[in-house]
Amino acid sequence: MLDRAARSTKPGPVTFGILLKLDLESPPSQHSPKTALRFAYSSLSSSSKFQQSPPMSIFEYNGSAVIAMVGKNCFAIASDRRLGVQLQTIATDFQKIYRVHDKLFIGLSGLATDAQTLYQRLVFRHKLYELREERNMKPETFASLVSALLYEKRFGPYFCQPVIAGLGDENKPFICTMDSIGAKELAKDFVVSGTASESLYGACEAMFKPDMEPEELFETISQALLSSVDRDCLSGWGGHVYVVTPTEVTERILKGRMD
Amino acid sequence: MGTAAVDVPMKGGFSFDHCRRNAMLSDKGLKPPSFLKTGTTIVGLIFQDGVILGADTRATEGPIVADKNCEKIHYMAPNIYCCGAGTAADTEAVTDTVSSQLQLHRYHTSRESRVVTALSLLKSHLFSYQGHVSAALVLGGVDVTGPHLHTIYPHGSTDTLPFATMGSGSLAAMAVFESKYREGLARDEGIKLVTEAICSGIFNDLGSGSNVDVCVITKGQTEYLRNLQTPNPRTYVNERGYSFSKKTEVLSTKITPLKELVEVIEGGDAMEE
Repeated sequence: MLDRAARSTKPGPVTFGILLKLDLESPPSQHSPKTALRFAYSSLSSSSKFQQSPPMSIFEYNGSAVIAMVGKNCFAIASDRRLGVQLQTIATDFQKIYRVHDKLFIGLSGLATDAQTLYQRLVFRHKLYELREERNMKPETFASLVSALLYEKRFGPYFCQPVIAGLGDENKPFICTMDSIGAKELAKDFVVSGTASESLYGACEAMFKPDMEPEELFETISQALLSSVDRDCLSGWGGHVYVVTPTEVTERILKGRMD
Repeated sequence: MGTAAVDVPMKGGFSFDHCRRNAMLSDKGLKPPSFLKTGTTIVGLIFQDGVILGADTRATEGPIVADKNCEKIHYMAPNIYCCGAGTAADTEAVTDTVSSQLQLHRYHTSRESRVVTALSLLKSHLFSYQGHVSAALVLGGVDVTGPHLHTIYPHGSTDTLPFATMGSGSLAAMAVFESKYREGLARDEGIKLVTEAICSGIFNDLGSGSNVDVCVITKGQTEYLRNLQTPNPRTYVNERGYSFSKKTEVLSTKITPLKELVEVIEGGDAMEE
């Protein structure tokens, strides 16, 4: 009895219906589906690429989706393959994941020009380390290096968000992501970055489970990547997946939607 | 351009190389990037034998929860810890640099670090950047002169208080402190009050969330109680996990076997000179 009384005070389905209708009738500029449409038109008609009504974030200029997941004594890192200039696709075989050494990979999302420059500086610093120390860098050390390089440019940052994944001492998997000024975010399960990051968070949150074997990990990361990328205009055209175990690196190219 | 042919690794401080380019881009109408923030509740109080610090564990990027269980209580010295709110990279960097300066100072003087030393280093760094390094801190510790608690604002101003709160949940937490704090709290009472203040931030401020971290510093002893309370556990986990009815289409596969690293053991006689 009490329960029913309590329930009746809450907004029922009727109220919800009215709310929804109001939502659709309010000015279109405030709502994502119509804004997206206008976005498409304005970039086709205007001569300057930058003249758009809602300010575009520089992270959305090329479009990207990068993700890393931890499995049982292994990890996987994956990215999409598109390189675009806003809505125009330039390349469909673009490399966003780079190998630092056999058991250490970095994925760089964001502005492609900055990603490549940053990668070159990282390779340079990693080679100096190898020459001096005669060993490979641990993933934790590498993450600190990336963080330091990014924070150095605190007031004029590189426009990229790295994802670092590697096998450390005793082949313990390590994954981590950062923002563009090097704030480390260490995670035990998965990390994501790029224009599709919102949908990637959702997909991973639902699909991930701890201690997956390499094969299952591959399927999970691929499904998470492809389903997220299908809800993002700026990334897609298949995927690039690396699964790294203590004994081998498996690199696969995924087929995806081509629109 | 600079005189060096390659970028020399060993150098400190910020680099302003990209500022002109990035200003040009934002003049052209591009939105500047958003950074990882810790829309935070951080608190601290002085109790009868020392200081208790507390923090929530949510990191946000705009409206997105970027990390559900991050660490906001940073190590400064064995007897000093510091809670950070604001831009995540700034709080991390500023506490790390000062903590290494304190370590060097300890090597030099062979004495325990003082809280006021940490306070001066932090405030002079923040003041010299005129608020652009956006770190809001609660600094607490016990040294030879007793327990200390300070708050530090991004512009470099500081307060010395018996109880303090910072971050977006500071009002919610301060409401709890103002109504329940008294002098000479016992350890258990202090931890309970700190936890309650953080929980009030977690539940009433959208920028704060997840778990409660607490750090208790007393004379000669520090206890870091990571995830002391987890009031927001995941309830929607599928026991059987997630299975996929259709496999992803793979276009190509390349398998690279990794070679076992050979360890060189030094043995035998040393080479003749």
